[in-house]
Amino acid sequence: MNSLVHQRCRVYTTEKVTIRILEEWCKGCEICVDVCKKHCLAMDILGKVKVVNVEACNKCLLCDVLCPDFAIAIE
Amino acid sequence: MFDYHEYFRSEMMPHMWCKGCGNGIVLKALLRAIHRLGLSKDRIAMVSGIGCSSRLTGYVDCNTLHTTHGRPLAFATGLKLARPELTVIVITGDGDGLAIGGNHLIHTARRNIDLTCLLFNNQIYGMTGGQLAPTTPEALFSTTTPYGNIEPNFDACRLVQAAGGTFVARGTVYRAIPLEKLIAEGIQHKGFSFIEVLTTCPEIHGRRNKLGTPAEMLQALAKTTLPTGVIHQASGPEYTEAYDGIIAKAQGRT
Repeated sequence: MNSLVHQRCRVYTTEKVTIRILEEWCKGCEICVDVCKKHCLAMDILGKVKVVNVEACNKCLLCDVLCPDFAIAIE
Repeated sequence: MFDYHEYFRSEMMPHMWCKGCGNGIVLKALLRAIHRLGLSKDRIAMVSGIGCSSRLTGYVDCNTLHTTHGRPLAFATGLKLARPELTVIVITGDGDGLAIGGNHLIHTARRNIDLTCLLFNNQIYGMTGGQLAPTTPEALFSTTTPYGNIEPNFDACRLVQAAGGTFVARGTVYRAIPLEKLIAEGIQHKGFSFIEVLTTCPEIHGRRNKLGTPAEMLQALAKTTLPTGVIHQASGPEYTEAYDGIIAKAQGRT
């Protein structure tokens, strides 16, 4: 977890979960926003995904598994 | 969760697939399956043809072979015969594997050689410009059927089962965790394993047919009426083992 790619991620963290978003790889397909039942994710003005409510994340991993661009990682 | 980046050729990433393309989800499931089985990257050979799906081999840091259109199974058969100890995974698309390489598919299934074939079914020729594929559903539009498709489409799993494949399965990118399990089972199976993956093409196919956003197309796959999971499993003589027997016989060792 110390590769160069991980250093470029935007990290959102709480006690329960760490969400890493690699914005430069995000193509803005909105699959993650659509599958997140807890409404943690949203699109920003540039069409990239951002975390709006990290507290609500229940680590279902749907966004991690279904992101086709390897732009979201949940720990 | 699992760190995909250790399996990538980092200079090749990010990948060139369009936004919302399901191929990235299949790549994730494949890498998780390889990780779950504990296979070494140096003991895996991935062979692919031409097409969107076949670009996958460029991104993975295994032994990879990017071959001519429709012929990955022919190259993989030669590779497996020369180096039977390698785990050979064939990446092909619906146009590559069913139309242009359709003959190779049925004969590889007939031989029951120990390959794992992942056929990405996105219902269209994506990379070459949206032409009609043998899997395009009836009445849908493509660049070569501007008034709608009148041809019935293929059921790839039934074709391979009839040709003699010993492990036939179908998964969708919407159910990515079961897909990972199917791929792992296919790799472990001794003999020809065929896994059809229903994936999405939101740009070339989805836009022309107004199938909705990438997320809507993904969720439409959940309602597919085709059977999913392991469809057929059997055992039979494996080709490289049978060939070793022939070599021993010819050398007078038996």
